[in-house]
Amino acid sequence: MFEIMDKKVLAPNIKWIRVRAPIVARNAHAGQFVILRLHEKGERIPLTLFKWNEEEGYIELVFQEVGKTTYELGSYEPGDKIMDVVGPLGNPTPIQNYGTAVIVSGGVGAPIGYAVTRALKEAGNRVVSIIGFRSKEYVILEDEFKKISDELLITTDDGSYIRKGFTTDVLREYLENGGKADYVFTVGPVIMMKLISQITKEYGIKTDASLNPLMVDGTGMCGACRVTVGGEIKFACADGPDFDAHQVDFDELMSRLVEYRPEEKIALDKYMKGGC
Amino acid sequence: MPKPLKKQRVPMPEQDPKERIHNFNEVALGYTWELALEEASRCLQCPVNHAPCIKGCPVDVNIPGFIKKIREKDIKGALEIIHETNALPCITGRVCPQEQQCEMHCVMGKVGDKINIGKLERFVADEAKKMGIYPEVYIAPNNGKKVAIIGSGPAGLTAAADLVKMGYDVTVFEALHDYGGVLIYGIPEFRLPKEIARYEVEYLKSLGVKFIKNVVVGKTLTIYDILNDYDAVFLGTGAGTPNFLNIPGVNLKGIYSANEFLTRINLMKAFKFPEYDTPIKRGKKLAVIGGGNVAMDAARSALRIGYEEVYIIYRRTKEYMTARKEEIKHAEEEGVKFMFLVSPVEFVGNEEGNVKAVVLIMNELGEPDESGRRRPKPVPGTEFGLEVDAVVFAIGQRPNKVLYQEVPELKVTKWGTLIVDEKYRTTMKGVFAGGDAVRGEATVVLAMGDGKRGARAIDEYLKGEPWPEKIEPKNF
Ligand SMILES: Cc1cc2nc3c(=O)[nH]c(=O)nc-3n(C[C@H](O)[C@H](O)[C@H](O)COP(=O)(O)OP(=O)(O)OC[C@H]3O[C@@H](n4cnc5c(N)ncnc54)[C@H](O)[C@@H]3O)c2cc1C
Ligand code: FES
Repeated sequence: MFEIMDKKVLAPNIKWIRVRAPIVARNAHAGQFVILRLHEKGERIPLTLFKWNEEEGYIELVFQEVGKTTYELGSYEPGDKIMDVVGPLGNPTPIQNYGTAVIVSGGVGAPIGYAVTRALKEAGNRVVSIIGFRSKEYVILEDEFKKISDELLITTDDGSYIRKGFTTDVLREYLENGGKADYVFTVGPVIMMKLISQITKEYGIKTDASLNPLMVDGTGMCGACRVTVGGEIKFACADGPDFDAHQVDFDELMSRLVEYRPEEKIALDKYMKGGC
Repeated sequence: MPKPLKKQRVPMPEQDPKERIHNFNEVALGYTWELALEEASRCLQCPVNHAPCIKGCPVDVNIPGFIKKIREKDIKGALEIIHETNALPCITGRVCPQEQQCEMHCVMGKVGDKINIGKLERFVADEAKKMGIYPEVYIAPNNGKKVAIIGSGPAGLTAAADLVKMGYDVTVFEALHDYGGVLIYGIPEFRLPKEIARYEVEYLKSLGVKFIKNVVVGKTLTIYDILNDYDAVFLGTGAGTPNFLNIPGVNLKGIYSANEFLTRINLMKAFKFPEYDTPIKRGKKLAVIGGGNVAMDAARSALRIGYEEVYIIYRRTKEYMTARKEEIKHAEEEGVKFMFLVSPVEFVGNEEGNVKAVVLIMNELGEPDESGRRRPKPVPGTEFGLEVDAVVFAIGQRPNKVLYQEVPELKVTKWGTLIVDEKYRTTMKGVFAGGDAVRGEATVVLAMGDGKRGARAIDEYLKGEPWPEKIEPKNF
């Protein structure tokens, strides 16, 4: 059992938790994730690591309440226990000194972007963070990003904070104005990653995207997480989750992500009615 | 006066096919004492040193010996004889391909039906369990040495059982949230109730084996971490990575690997959605690609979650199917439709990206391949479509590379199986391996045999046998 040590609400439906999981913290690296199962009847869902601390034996996760499991997790309080947490899973994001690295994160991709930004910074890169949110109330982790970014560009879809526009607009302007980018890392909604990757392709910038398909085991055993990269079948959990963004079939990923939409709705409705 | 020999085997009572496709309860119901005694009475009691059935058993169970004990109504005695070489009779009695092993060699076959050895083995194990009888085991005093077992499938569990009895401090590490490997996530409840694997694990715990779940070796801990804390390691990590055919449409929604399909149903209980959180797609028509046990399990599970028309798509002919005969028979009785000499070439989707049809091509059989089975050759121009709502791939599995991808010392074959020698030693000192991880997809009983011999080899190593300079690869 894995105890929740602390919890905060970062934005509407976006929560941060610290979970005691020494064995996961020990070998964790930026870009990796865990799979958790809340209780005996729970499903296994992946959540990417935001922070971890080996000495104190904890990991931190940020998640948005979208389906039954995330709502239920959101209702857990410090002291409550998660039945199963396994990880770290997936390959760490390949970190090296590229020169200038631009990290483009959208929405709840921000915590993953944060972990990668920090690692890239520690590796000696000049890091430029571009983060987009729906509106002011959804802005999260601004201070954290400020501390580790050489340049921080925040945008909101509706212009309610800092500026109006999508991360794609910001990246394009940055590049058009002669901003340097030797490497781009992108994480967030699939459509955003797809468009970011189109821009960096035009500019010929090496780009990795962190993919978030549906998963079951998270260890390469089932193929639920399969994606097409460069025409080949890859398992995101075992071969990824980061892939060369210019090779990824984002449309297929988008389609596969909604496979269980109807079932997810049934489960959520049932949960909301209090019949868990 | 001796009774005349009874030529027909005593059939095991089974659930009616019409009923059983609506539930996940076990299909074969087990012998009663009366039936078991009748079947046991048919055995000719060949002398142990040349009983052909024993030679056919991968773990050398003394079959005439335990059958004699059944006749004497001595369940404890029968159980102890089986346990001398087989720690998991509840399981092997249910899932071994007996017709290719012990029963294949039974001399009764010359005059009538062969003895129903598997069912008798199951009877002994079930009866003992019901009566709360355990075999007498001797556990050597703790010798201060620690062994780590990676993977809790039949190979790992068997190795753990033997090593703990030899006095080792044994810990089993498992990646999933439950123990048993394929026994819990793959083989369905109606063939092997999950409670059986659980019972065996509890028994091992009672002998002192420690179990730690949610540890993916290669990720959570590396092999190096483990070798720091343990004197030897046994890798029983199976062959868990499913194969797909890279043909157009393979990633459409509704196309599963058998592992995913069966894991959702068995391990995650998707058949009880939404009481359980894990969903599974339910439709009308489903095609399973493949002809082994895994394919039969997927097809029969599909019926049980409500698919009305279920097809087995197999590229060769019926006699080449690798599934146990009993599974094929059960699948037929339950209404699974078999299509032979066909292979998929493409999947067609609807506007939402869900699979709606599979395009198949007819094959003819050509020259035999390495396995001695005639190779299927597609006949151009014979393509045709089959409408489906879902497809399950059951075309084989490879070992999962997560374990060894960052361990250059561990060498693998071109099929991705770990290289080991006669004594199950890998190319890394102190590390042994067995089961599907070294054989590729094989059987429960072969995995158990490897676990057993692996445990013996670990014992010899830890008692001072030197590690060889060079590992001479054993062919499986
Ligand atoms: C659907 C299906 C039906 C089958 N039916 C039959 C049958 O009727 N009869 C028969 O004899 N055989 C059958 N088989 C084959 C049989 O199940 C296998 O040969 C047998 O289970 C292999 O045992 P194993 O111990 O080597 O591996 P497995 O049973 O595969 O167990 C391996 C275990 O290791 C764990 N693991 C893997 N990697 C790691 C890691 N890095 N760290 C920690 N843990 C790890 C896995 O999670 C798993 O629990 C069937 C297989 C399937 C899939
Ligand atoms: S989640 Fe099962 S293989 Fe990736």
